[in-house]
Amino acid sequence: MSEITSQSLFELTSNIKEKKLSSGEITKAFIDRAEKSKKLNVYVTDNFEKAIDQSKKFDSNPNFDLKLPGIPIAVKDLFCTNGVRTTAGSKILNNFVPTYESTVTQNLWSQGAILLGKLNCDEFAMGSSNETSFFGNVQNPVGENLVPGGSSGGSSAAVAANLTPVTIGTDTGGSIRQPASFTGTVGLKPTYGSCSRYGIVAFASSLDQAGPMTKNVRDCSMLLEVISSFDQKDSTSIDYKRNSYSKELSKDIKGKKIGIPKEYRVDNMPEEIEQLWKNGISYAKDCGAEIIDISLPHTNYALPTYYIVAPAEASSNLARYDGVKYGFRSPGQNLIEMYEKTRSEGFGDEVKRRIMIGTYVLSSGYYDAYYLKAQKVRQLIKKDFDDAFSKVDAILTPSTPSSAFKIGEKTNDPVSMYLNDIFTVPINLAGLPGISIPAGKDKNNYPLGLQVIGKPFDEQNILNISYALEDKINFKNDISDWWLSE
Amino acid sequence: MSKNSEYLIERENKQYEVIIGLEVHAQVTSESKLFSQSSTKFGAEPNTQVSLVDAAFPGMLPVINEFCIEQAIKTGIGLKAKINKKSVFDRKNYFYADLPQGYQISQYKYPIVGEGKVILDMPNGQKEIGIERLHLEQDAGKSIHDIDPNNTLVDLNRSGVALMEIVSKPDLRSPDEVNVYIKKLRSIMRYLGTCDGNMQEGSLRADVNVSVRLKGETEFGTRCEIKNVNSIKFMQMAIISEANRQIDLLEEGKEIDQETRLFDTKRNETRSMRSKEDAHDYRYFPDPDLLPLEISQDLIEKIKSDIPELPDEKKKRFIDKFNLSPYEATILVSDIETSNFFEEVIKNSDVKLATNWITGELFAVLNEKNLEISQSPVSAKNLSKLINLIKDGTISGKIAKTVFEQMIDVDQDPLIIVKEKGLKQESDPKAIEELINKVIENNSDKVAEYKSGKDKLFGFFVGQAMKESKGKGNPQLINKILKEKLNG
Repeated sequence: MSEITSQSLFELTSNIKEKKLSSGEITKAFIDRAEKSKKLNVYVTDNFEKAIDQSKKFDSNPNFDLKLPGIPIAVKDLFCTNGVRTTAGSKILNNFVPTYESTVTQNLWSQGAILLGKLNCDEFAMGSSNETSFFGNVQNPVGENLVPGGSSGGSSAAVAANLTPVTIGTDTGGSIRQPASFTGTVGLKPTYGSCSRYGIVAFASSLDQAGPMTKNVRDCSMLLEVISSFDQKDSTSIDYKRNSYSKELSKDIKGKKIGIPKEYRVDNMPEEIEQLWKNGISYAKDCGAEIIDISLPHTNYALPTYYIVAPAEASSNLARYDGVKYGFRSPGQNLIEMYEKTRSEGFGDEVKRRIMIGTYVLSSGYYDAYYLKAQKVRQLIKKDFDDAFSKVDAILTPSTPSSAFKIGEKTNDPVSMYLNDIFTVPINLAGLPGISIPAGKDKNNYPLGLQVIGKPFDEQNILNISYALEDKINFKNDISDWWLSE
Repeated sequence: MSKNSEYLIERENKQYEVIIGLEVHAQVTSESKLFSQSSTKFGAEPNTQVSLVDAAFPGMLPVINEFCIEQAIKTGIGLKAKINKKSVFDRKNYFYADLPQGYQISQYKYPIVGEGKVILDMPNGQKEIGIERLHLEQDAGKSIHDIDPNNTLVDLNRSGVALMEIVSKPDLRSPDEVNVYIKKLRSIMRYLGTCDGNMQEGSLRADVNVSVRLKGETEFGTRCEIKNVNSIKFMQMAIISEANRQIDLLEEGKEIDQETRLFDTKRNETRSMRSKEDAHDYRYFPDPDLLPLEISQDLIEKIKSDIPELPDEKKKRFIDKFNLSPYEATILVSDIETSNFFEEVIKNSDVKLATNWITGELFAVLNEKNLEISQSPVSAKNLSKLINLIKDGTISGKIAKTVFEQMIDVDQDPLIIVKEKGLKQESDPKAIEELINKVIENNSDKVAEYKSGKDKLFGFFVGQAMKESKGKGNPQLINKILKEKLNG
């Protein structure tokens, strides 16, 4: 048996069910490794003591019928967890302890999982490098001083560094897929409405989705099966029959039509990404898939559309952090002064920037030119995909236009940072499922990802295609454990 | 409306007309709030009816209360309005301590109910007031400034309670019309059970839009909005004061600034709250947490089939079926409790007498004791029995008043009172004849005078006979027999 922390979710659950490992052993192994991995800064809040207790409790009366029997899991700190501090990476929620549980995390615990702790992320999930977190940046285990991507940067780093078997992140414009791509891991953003948003600190309500982040595609299917559910507490949750994704997982993609959108060949894209994409296409062919050239003509407008819609919603969603009811408050002589001081001191620069953009695009006199226009373009982008999916079953693209960059490299250039999301945001705007799988490396040996985009509610199909490609690609993340301390 | 009843404000040789539009905020009658399951009960301890959604905790999401939607549709139907099959909830963004989300969920461009109308019964005829729209929105919490010397306290019990904002067209022209309009709106909603209309508890409040123009002018003047007035009396006072303020400005050759004003009830004047330039930019946009609201024709039909008879239809029925005057009918239908009481009474008794007794004796007692008809000291059942005793001649109308007075103290079967007190009317012709004979015997001089042509004395004989019967003699019978005796 390989080292506990390097095992996949599938291996761990098998080993628990076959009583080769106990929940206590597994939990302790991950905690021990976390204690030596502080340099990565993945945890905002750990739950180690309680996790040990819960694992013992599980072992004393194990239920092997559960899908995550006694499996310790750390989650992004955007999910509200009952009795465990939830910060969203922000000073303004520095001391916030929810009295309630998000539906998605509740689904984990209901299937036997144990909370290991809360993982670092960009403040209110706004960022592509985890550098906007109030709790400091996260190191990418792939290489020192490399960003792990964002906003689910703590999550991607934790999975890549074997600090949690799997995790869940959230994805508003690429926040699961881009960090997965940067760390050589798998990340899936489900169809909008698949996973409940109840209890997830909101960034942009019409785009936010929770999703699994894992070491491989099979684990991803197992975790999606647990977290996706219809929830009456979220009015945008959709009631449809969810697959048993892991049971129905198959490498047989013979005859599947896979679209290659020409608009995703952007200027100045590194040659190695172009090559990665070509390789992906030939692997898909090898698996018996049919490759079809398609066009998504409004792709160019996706990024500007996203950076109007998302900040607009965020500016309103974040209005509740006003120092009145909970969270950080900076006292003032009167209400307005208290608001100004609380929000000036409580929010970081990127969050303030987006609140200002959002407030601007919704302002009277600008609403039609920005917000309304963006909504119209969003419909066109959605229609592009509808048209494409009348010809193909899935779409294959690179996940990101580059590999992981150095910490600090883009912090003073927001637009260059935003460009990271160029291949991922159209999928959120259209509400589609998309998955990033590790597919190769660049000249620095940094991982690169490919993205498979599916029809609404067709997660099974993109999981299957990814599963088949994963097998052909045979990606190996060589991580040296350079950060470990004794 | 006839010319002489127009409400005009005079200034040397000039007459100004007052144009009024109302935005009424009516609390939806519902056990729970618009987007959460918290109770809406009035008068609870502060912050005891607040869910995580109402307090806008991170990650909390609104889920629509279908019952409130049905209540709004019902109200729309009652206002003869168009029900919009698709409407949208928007966020109205602004910061305030008692607004936990930092936005109010409301309906902006696409309200649930479109144009409708309300008919007013004015003293000189009917007048139609147009309804512009009705939309649903959340109420805010309450800021309390006078408990803690250094802090404002916030009570979120009201936060998230469903309100219907009913916007009238600028069709109202006088404080009297405003009075009748509010009462009619309240009456319709109480008939429907969609708003209890309790102004003391804040279930019904209004923003009042006022402008003035010279009589005969067709363009509207610049309007001012007076925020959050919570009684009809204050609305009327505010309108009069504001209209006069605007006219004074015009008379001085000044312009009226479009602005939002507050009514100071103590000083009976409005004062500026914020100018148009300072008006909030609410940055309305569709709430992404809620899908557009779609209403099926089936639901509309189902609700329509449940709509009770409304005041206008009931009034028509009362006039047609019971031969009531429009005035009587208007009074009896104005409040659903009154009309129910009336219909209960006339189930087993005479309509004309019932109308007179309810609008006369009963209303007088209720007024005097400051009671609602639902708290009437005399039940409908016993009142109908009393009316029957009059109708069948057991007691006279006069005796009935004595009996009624006793019923106010103890609500019991009037026949028991009549029996116990021996108040039964004497309707035996023989007995009446006997006592009339006695009266004639004792007053032979007056009889002679009468017979010689002093007709006025007839009343005297009636009085004497009544006195002889100790008030219990049947008046009709006394009249009849007296006439036979004296004229025969």
